Parts: sequence; C-alpha cells; structure tokens
Amino acid sequence: VLVSVICSPPQNYPLYIRSVPTENELKFHYTVHTSLDVVDEKISAMGKALVDQRELYLGLLYPTEDYKVYGYVTNSKVKFVMVVDSSNTALRDNEIRSMFRKLHNSYTDIMCNPFYNPGDRIQSRAFDNMVNSMMMQVC
Amino acid sequence: MEGLTLSEAEQRYYCDLFSYCDTESTKKVASNGRVLELFRAAQLPNDVVMQIMELCGATRLGYFGRSQFYIALKLVAVAQSGLPLRVESLNTVKDLPLPRFVVSKNEQESRHTALYSSDADNPASYSGVIPPPPGRIQVKKGSVSHDTVQQRTSTDQQESTSPVVSPQQSPPTSPHTWRKHNRHPSGGNNERPLAGPGPFWAPFSEAQPGSSTSSDPIWSGHSPPPHQENWVSFADTPPTSALLAMHPASVQDQTTVRTVASATTTNEIRRQSSSYDDPWKITDEQRQYYVNQFKTIQPDLNGFIPGSAAKEFFTKSKLPILELSHIWELSDFDKDGALTLDEFCAAFHLVVARKNGYDLPEKLPESLMPKLIDLEDSTVIPVISEVGEQTGEVGYSSSPAEAPPSKSPSMPSLNQTWPELNQSSEQWETFSERSSSSQTLTQFDSNIAPADPDTAIVHPVPIRMTPSKIHMQEMELKRTGSDHANPTSPLLVKPPDLPEENKMSSSVKFTPGNTVTDGYSSSDSYTSDPEQIGSTVTRQRSHSGTSPDNTAPPPPPPRPHPSHSRSSSLDMNRSFSVTPGQQQAGVVAYPPAVPPRPQPSQGAGPHVHRPVDAEGLIAHTSTSPQQIPEQPNFADFSQFEAFAVSGVNKEEEDEIETHSEVLQAKGTTPLAPPPKPIRRRLKSEDELRPEAEEHTQKTGVIAAVLASQPSIPRSVGKDKKAIQASIRRNKETNTVLARLNSELQQQLKDVLEERISLEVQLEQLRPFSHL
Repeated sequence: VLVSVICSPPQNYPLYIRSVPTENELKFHYTVHTSLDVVDEKISAMGKALVDQRELYLGLLYPTEDYKVYGYVTNSKVKFVMVVDSSNTALRDNEIRSMFRKLHNSYTDIMCNPFYNPGDRIQSRAFDNMVNSMMMQVC
Repeated sequence: MEGLTLSEAEQRYYCDLFSYCDTESTKKVASNGRVLELFRAAQLPNDVVMQIMELCGATRLGYFGRSQFYIALKLVAVAQSGLPLRVESLNTVKDLPLPRFVVSKNEQESRHTALYSSDADNPASYSGVIPPPPGRIQVKKGSVSHDTVQQRTSTDQQESTSPVVSPQQSPPTSPHTWRKHNRHPSGGNNERPLAGPGPFWAPFSEAQPGSSTSSDPIWSGHSPPPHQENWVSFADTPPTSALLAMHPASVQDQTTVRTVASATTTNEIRRQSSSYDDPWKITDEQRQYYVNQFKTIQPDLNGFIPGSAAKEFFTKSKLPILELSHIWELSDFDKDGALTLDEFCAAFHLVVARKNGYDLPEKLPESLMPKLIDLEDSTVIPVISEVGEQTGEVGYSSSPAEAPPSKSPSMPSLNQTWPELNQSSEQWETFSERSSSSQTLTQFDSNIAPADPDTAIVHPVPIRMTPSKIHMQEMELKRTGSDHANPTSPLLVKPPDLPEENKMSSSVKFTPGNTVTDGYSSSDSYTSDPEQIGSTVTRQRSHSGTSPDNTAPPPPPPRPHPSHSRSSSLDMNRSFSVTPGQQQAGVVAYPPAVPPRPQPSQGAGPHVHRPVDAEGLIAHTSTSPQQIPEQPNFADFSQFEAFAVSGVNKEEEDEIETHSEVLQAKGTTPLAPPPKPIRRRLKSEDELRPEAEEHTQKTGVIAAVLASQPSIPRSVGKDKKAIQASIRRNKETNTVLARLNSELQQQLKDVLEERISLEVQLEQLRPFSHL
C-alpha cells in the first residue's frame, strides 16, 4: 500500500494523488489531509532562522496502527506526503528519502515545463510513469 | 439496415473501396476475401471486425452488398476513431474521418511505383489500387475541402509530382520519395496557390486535433485521386513504399503531409514526420524548416529558446495544452526549461506528428534525441547523460515508442546505448541510494575496528551512515590515532595524544553503536556535518542511547560501550596506560601529569562511558583536572604532556560522559551536564583533544581549547616551538570544537525527534490506554 500526494500551498489542495491499491482511496485522502496538519506544525516549529538547516525530509509524521505517514516539504512549501503500510517493514527510512527525492526531482521537471501552470493538477505522463514505477518497486 | 448518409467524400471513398473489393465486378457484392483483407488492413482487433460485420448485416446476408459494405466502412471509421460501435453512430457521428486502411506492402509498392511514375500515370495507376480516401479534409470542412478538392483536381497532375511541396514550406518528410517529390516543388507550388493548400491544410489541422488518435483515414499508399490533394497522396505513397512496417507511422506520415499544408497556414508548418525507416526521423527539409523557425524566435542557433517563447510558438499549433505539455517533457532533454536547437526541432517534429494524428510516444524516439538528430542518416551521437536521464526518467514504464528503436536502422548504436544509459541512470540512482545505506557504514566499522592491536585501542570508526567527509576524516582519525603524530591533521586527530587514542577507542565503541542504533536519521544529519568529531560523537550518542527504536544496521563489532560506561573508563585506563607509552612524543607528557588511566572513575564522567577514548583521557585528566596545560592537544603533546593529557582527559571524560549519557538517554539525558563539564574540560581541552571521537571530540575540542589557554603560557616558557605548536593546536581545536558544537546540536535535534517518535510508539504499544 502506498499513496503519494503532492500538495501545494497555500491552500494545500492536492496537485497529485496516486495510490497503488486503488480501493480505500478516500481513506487515504483523509489521512493525507490530516497529516498536512502535522507537516505544517513541523515546518512552523522549525523556526524562521533555521530554514536552511531544516531538512526537506520531515520523516515519519506520525504512525498509526495501520500505516505510517512520511512527509517532505520543499523550500517553496510544496508538501509531499507518502502513506505506507505499517506492515511494510522492509521500507527503510533511506528508501523513503530516496523516493521523496525522486518525487521532488520529477516535480521540478514538471515545473520547468512552460505549459504547466503552477497550481494545476499534475497530468504529466512522465511523472505518472515515474510514480508508478516507484510504487511498483515498493509493493 | 437503417439508412446510411454519407458525405460526398465518404461516398466517393466507399465507392472506390467497393470497386476495389468488387473483384468479380458484379457491382453488387464485394468479395468476402477482399473485404476481409480490407478489414484486416483497418488494423482493428478481430472482435471489433466481427462486430462490424455483424452490425452491417453481412453476416446475416452472408455477403457484402453495397450497402452493407458502406455501413461496414463507416463502422470501421467509427471504430478507428475510438467510438463505440453502434448502429446509431452511423448517422449520428458527424465529421467522422474516413476509415483508414493500411494497405499491404505490395499494394503500397504498386502504388508507390504508380506514384513515381509521373503525373500522367498517376490517375491511371490509381485505379488499380485501393482508392485513397477522398480528401479527409472534406469530411471536416466541407466548403473548404471542396475548394481544395477542386483546386486539387486542377493541379492534380502537378500535385502528384510535387506533393508536399505545396505548403510552401513544408517539405516532404519522407526521405526518398519525398525528396524526389520535392524536386518538383516549384511546379507544384505554382499550381497550387497558397490559398488553395492553405484552406486545404487548415481543415487538416483542424481535423487532426479533432480526431486525435484516429483518424485520418489515410490510405497508405493510395495514389492520389485526381481530386485528391496530390501532396496528400504523396504522403501516402512514400510512406507505404518506404516502410510498411510502420503502418501507423506511415499513415501518420501521410497525414503529416496533409497537415503540413495546414500548418503553413496556421503559421506552423508541420513537416511530415519522418522517413520511413524511422517515422520519427527528421529529414533535411524538415530540419531546415525547423531551423528557420528557430531562427525567427532566436537568431542565435546555439542559443536557447526560453520556455515562454516556446510556449507561445507551440500554442499556435492549436494542440491541447496537455499534449503540448507532454511534447515539452519529451523534448526538453536537459530539463532546463529552455529549448536548444535540437530540442526545438524534436519538439516541432512531435507537434507536426501529433497534428497528423500520430500518437505521442511515451519517450522520446531516438531520432529526436538532441544531437542525434541528423539530416538523413543521423549518426547516433547519444547525449549520454541526457539520454540516460531521459531514459531513466521517461522510460521507466515501458512505453511503447511509436518508433521502436528496432525499426530505425540508422540508430542501431543508439539502441544499444539506450539500455546502457538506462542502466547507468538507474545505477546512478541506486548508487546514491546505496550510499546512504547503513550497510556501508557497518562495513566500514568492521574494517576499521581492528585497527590498532598494539594499543588495544578500538579505533573510532567514523561510522557514518552516508559516505561523507567525516567518514574519511574519521578514518583518518583512526589512523592518526594510532600514530597520532599528526599535529597537522586537521581535526581528525588531535593526533598524538594518548587520550586521543583512548578517545578513539572509546569513540569507536560508540560509533558502532551509534551507527547502528541511530539509524539513518542521525546519519543523515551527520552527513551534512562534515565534522568527524561530530559524527563520531553522534554516533556514540545515538548508539548508546538509541538502540530501541532504531532499525539500525547490525551493530559494529566492538560495542562495548553501552554497558561500559564504567568499563569503558576502565578500558580507557587500560588503554590509556598502555597508550601513553606508545603514543608519540606528545603523549609522553601525559603519563606523568595525568594520573594513571585507572582513574577514569575519578572523573564523574568516566561512567558516562564516554565511549570515546576520551575516557582514558579523562582518567588522566581527572586526576589533574585543571592542571592540564591548555595547550592544544594534538599538536604538541610533548610539550604539555602530562597536564595536557590529564586536563584533556578529564574534560573529555566528562564531556564524553555527559554526551554518552545524552546519547543513551535519548532524550532523557539532559544536555545540561555536558555543557558544564565541557567548560571545565576546556581547560584541559588540549589534552582532551586527542580524542578523536566525535562525541568526545566535541567536548574535547572545547576542553582542548580551554586547556590550551592556560597551557600556552607554560609552553612559552618551555619552548618557542611549543608555543607555535600550541597556537596551531588551538586553532585546530577551535575548528574542531565548532564542528563538535554543530554536530552536537544536530544530535540533539535528532535525539529529540527520536524521543518523540519513541514516545508515540510507546503510546501505541500500550494496549488499552489510548485506544
């Protein structure tokens, strides 16, 4: 089970959400939404001066019985959230980090596309392919 | 069967098709064989064909009457445009493109020859082949197409000879045939006033986007019917003649021809896409055209077209933004938001192809790769990095490239390079991932661990989760630790001291633990902190403290420290006592001034198990806490010797203790203690300095710095050289301390986070309390 979401500020509406097992998607939507609060809390807690030191990777946002939520925020406050199964113990922190890195890279590629208006839903095929392949690796 | 209304074009087309199938010349029934062949050429799945046949009533009748045939053809067009097959759709679907049939090779060749055979022959030859769909355009735009058709008829002859040339600029794409036809451009052009082709094209351009995937029923290889746009037919024939295998491609090519015309009118000339060897190949004329267009935007051919300019330009093509966005993704190789000439040509080519009905590939065809695009026979010059990334990124999913690499004979090398590039890009990726794996670290540890048997000091293995400078430094530190005669080695070593060695050993113990326990979070943070000291220290800390929730890699070999807060000190003592003798000159001083190792107990610290060797140092220092000369540890032990050592030791000890406590407590340990002892230590920092342990080093650095202060005067008195050395050492200590400081802060942060997560987990684990 893997769900990844990209939310953009300021209203934090999702630009892109993809989950591998497509059932229960609504529940993941909800989870992601609630985790946005945690993300906000983390980045606000970092403080103004620490922006540089603040890591883009936020780590485990909060674990629940069923799944864990990881967060990542870019310098432009675009948030990436990933929900993975708790049963998926094979996923290490570093792998999550690398996944976020890939997501971030693909996201910047999308941004470079002049035909993409920031704030639009992400409909790039290349991005979809990347996300799919990434999720396939995990699941 | 319900009545079937056909447009004029359709009527003509179907009539021709019927004649074609009417092998027995009955004018009533199309032979089943031909019909089936035709349907096969429509490239529809078998079940669809069956459905069509059923719908049109042929199965009921057992044969294809004219009406059935027409209905079937219309259904084929419906199916090809992706619409569901319904009887109602026959009449309700407006502007349906003509059904597209891919003619078999022989037919195409025959058509091709017919085409080549000059204008005069063309009309005649056409009769022998499957009639090309009447101007599709007409389907889309009635009036315009009529006009064009008329014009076409007039210019039929010429058109056949000078196919594509018409739209002024768009040169035929297909290599041979096209080129040939290009030779007659003037003729064709003259014949065809721009207005003619213009509107002609316009409908195409409209049509294309309209029926994106489907549709242009291009009869591949169909010879241009008299009324047919010659250039269109041109497009058809060349492709067919050239490379039949790519039927969709050839079809596209044909459409491309047509769209080219429209393109010109719409200010974009769509070159026919491709040669037949490779549907995506750009021909000379096409490339020239693209280059010209590039110049209009950006006069410098080596320059870039900024994204916004490119956006405007391509928006004129009237393709949907989504598709333009995809084209951009494909063509912007280096992902820099700007288009180089090659990228621009690729993008333009894709736009042309798309307008012609070609589906966009999932990844950039090789022929369009930047620097690979060549006129004619491109010598594949893959831009390795770009391709690698491209293939890595775009090619993640096995996207069916419309121009399968295998099909392009000119790109054999590219094919080979692609997988390599893909691989390399993936490897490249995996490498980075791997680099951060703990595995590396643990291995690291084991390698380093048995460093110095002599001294029985466990060298502080700078176990870093991620390879980093610190790691290297630590390694070096370790090495220097054994030697420790590197006053110059920055930070790494406060070299010589015994205490250093001791510290190292203790830190070694720590580090293994740290690395293991700390998991990646701390390592990551460490990565950023180049200070080895910090790293080692943090290692220790995390190691000792964490373990619980860290899914750390297997603890490195010497892990004693968790338990050995006390023991470590003992070890330190041991080692320390041993080391002094073995240590170099600098160390020598220690023993005398610093109380024997066993003292570790003395410092309050020792128990804190400064995993760091510092413990040993501490032992020394403890005995003579403040006496230690401040001189910088590493540089010049010889000078400060005893007190330096002792002072350093003590400080380090304390610091180590506190640090280790902090580490272990994982958040429970108040960090307050560390600072305090540190201050104290500072004085004896010099001596402590030798500890290379991250943890201890941090504290040690502080201690050393402090220590160096008082020691300076002494050194002055002693030896001029010693002063200089001490100054140098002080400086080093400063830097080390600074790094230590930052590292510690980082560690603190991590520890706090870990603590929080631990607490959360704990809460979760508690069975009933919080549910």
